[in-house]
Amino acid sequence: MIETIIFYFFAGLTVLSAGSVVTVRNPVYAALFLVLTFFSSAFLWMLLEAEFLAISLVLVYVGAVMVLFLFVVMMLDINIAVLREGFIRFLPIGIALALAMFALIYMMVSGEQFGLEAMPDPAPKPEDYSNTKMLGSVLYTEYVLAFELAAVILLVAIIAAIALTMRKRSDTKYQEPSSQIRVRKADRLRVVKMEAEKK
Amino acid sequence: MTLSLSHYLVLAAILFSISVAGIIINRKNLIILLMSIELMLLAVNFNFIAFSHYLDDLAGQVFVFFILTVAAAEAAIGLAILVVLFRNRQSINVADITELKG
Repeated sequence: MIETIIFYFFAGLTVLSAGSVVTVRNPVYAALFLVLTFFSSAFLWMLLEAEFLAISLVLVYVGAVMVLFLFVVMMLDINIAVLREGFIRFLPIGIALALAMFALIYMMVSGEQFGLEAMPDPAPKPEDYSNTKMLGSVLYTEYVLAFELAAVILLVAIIAAIALTMRKRSDTKYQEPSSQIRVRKADRLRVVKMEAEKK
Repeated sequence: MTLSLSHYLVLAAILFSISVAGIIINRKNLIILLMSIELMLLAVNFNFIAFSHYLDDLAGQVFVFFILTVAAAEAAIGLAILVVLFRNRQSINVADITELKG
């Protein structure tokens, strides 16, 4: 019973904040509402006994990705009024399409095949069961190749993000080690031979 | 009344529909478009985790782990492209990006 109350509370919070993400005027508020959506989703994932992923959703998404979003939103000086044009015009189409899509998916997933009779709640786990430990044991054995590929994807993302945003400034002064090494004594030192002056 | 798999699947369907609507009504604003894509990925992750719980199989959670990784990489590169775009055009309006329209 208490689980049902928790589910409906956080599900409502998730849906409300997700709706706010796509409708508020200010992109900063949109980013903050997205943070709220991720937080309440993490609670629901806890309810589904996916503790490790719930924590990593908060750490990775709220801690890293959303902070990146906020940084970018604050760095850009954008004109919201221009970006909002067409909002009212496309609102009916958007709502109609979303409702149609939801109705189709709802007809699929609300039926008997996903109800409690077809898929009962699994038996509770033993007391010393650790979700993180089990996830780690399959991640490093069965899915080790995919795990390494994920690491490569992250490396590529780091290099791509740096390469895209780094720019060469023409007015920056920097050293050229190769020309520093190549320099000879003759380039720098000039011996001037002249007669001694007589007073 | 206990929670069934349908509860979670319907919630994921609502989230996915909201983000589809967000893509349509915010079609000028690139930042909100990227946020809607993140919401879509969250809805997909919900499905994976719900099925993983009710089928008692950890494979679904491993999938969510990889989706989180790819989504983080996608957000980083997408925002980098956004910054470069803004630096060159002083705008993130999708309607201004018309070079490739042929």
